[in-house]
Amino acid sequence: MQRVAIVDHGLCNVDSIRRAINECGAKAEVTNLPEDLSRADKIVLPGVGAFPDAMAALEQHGLIDAICEQALGEGVPLLGVCLGMQLLATDSVEVRPTKGLGLIPGHVERLVPSNLLERIPHVGWNEVHQRYEHRLLAGVADRVDFYFVHSFHFRCDSDVDELATTEHCGQFTSMVARGNVFGAQFHPEKSQAHGLRVLRNFVEL
Amino acid sequence: MLKTRIIPTLLYRDFTLVKGLQFDSQRVVGSPVQAVQVYNLRNVDELVFFDVRATLDDRRPDFKLIDEIADHCFMPLCVGGGIRSVDDIRGLLAVGADKVVLNTVAVEEPDVVRLGSERFGVQCIVVAIDTKRDGHGEPTVWTASGTHDTGLDPVVWAKELEVLGAGEIIIQSVDHDGVMAGYDTETIRRVVEAVTIPVIASGGAGEFSDMYDVITAAGASAVAAASLFHFTEKTPMEAKQYLASRGILTRI
Repeated sequence: MQRVAIVDHGLCNVDSIRRAINECGAKAEVTNLPEDLSRADKIVLPGVGAFPDAMAALEQHGLIDAICEQALGEGVPLLGVCLGMQLLATDSVEVRPTKGLGLIPGHVERLVPSNLLERIPHVGWNEVHQRYEHRLLAGVADRVDFYFVHSFHFRCDSDVDELATTEHCGQFTSMVARGNVFGAQFHPEKSQAHGLRVLRNFVEL
Repeated sequence: MLKTRIIPTLLYRDFTLVKGLQFDSQRVVGSPVQAVQVYNLRNVDELVFFDVRATLDDRRPDFKLIDEIADHCFMPLCVGGGIRSVDDIRGLLAVGADKVVLNTVAVEEPDVVRLGSERFGVQCIVVAIDTKRDGHGEPTVWTASGTHDTGLDPVVWAKELEVLGAGEIIIQSVDHDGVMAGYDTETIRRVVEAVTIPVIASGGAGEFSDMYDVITAAGASAVAAASLFHFTEKTPMEAKQYLASRGILTRI
């Protein structure tokens, strides 16, 4: 059975993602210990809350180096979810300029509405446009809806890293992929069957 | 494009689900865990779960029950009732709630809204504004399950909540609750125009056309309904199909 470490930085609802990973036939382990990451087959970096707090919490537990070593050195598949995807970036302007994990070059910026109907946070179900075929999205039709809730978005330096886009406040990157490092701005654990399929695909990579 | 959410609301009291009428007489309608299982199978957009008497009875949220419910919930779960502190928010998020709904505490201790959104993110702090019209027909904000008139203007209060860090606002009309004769579209429209965060319309849906009206005339980002789904044969999917046939984007 695949062992999936869910990184707990103390700021979020890790229980939903734990349940969803278990539902996908893997063994989810919620942890904030660097040594647990080195024993895992896959790592999920979840997250809600503010970017600087999350980075500070990762640093405090010695998790920044552990995550980067596993993802870059050992090639362990890593999936960032929501704020967890944003943490993969070079930096973010949320609250104050803060460095991210730097695993996928890019910057986290605030969503800017283009009309009065576009509300922030971007909350609800919205279409994910797949830019190319990817194993993470196997069995998931193009443009199906996933559940989003966020006010900031990941702007990739290179569109090579952009796996999917979504329309709100113009168009933003809703999934990133670079080698074994992936990110979803939406919540797969809260997106019913399609979300569970993405998580199952990740578990089975 | 972002879809308009259709949200079933589960009202909970004394271990059972109830149907409210103007926040008063509540009738038993079944087991909460079963209802959540059914809605999960029905693939609803989101669920709102209110412990309607918690604040009046001076009870904290029922963390064990929410934990149980969350086990069956692979869609967003929003939980309200009895929340008095940042610790209560943390506790609910820890057992599987994705968002919390604050109401009385937001009026009495606005700092809980601010601290909650700073710590856990604006996306999980939803504030319910219960409104009731006074003798002159002007709506004011009521707390404690519609038993206490704060005298606050809902539009002014909504703007303040946005500044404090609320991520969404639910407008519930005490007068319209359970009457199934339409939402308080006028108040909802005024709040939608005053803020830039999403506004959820709640209280009063009797027909799918009531939902259409509050979405188009008031600009609500989502519509919540309890009685419509629990006391008629109507389902959230039928609501979405109806709205889609009239040009509203829904997730089908």
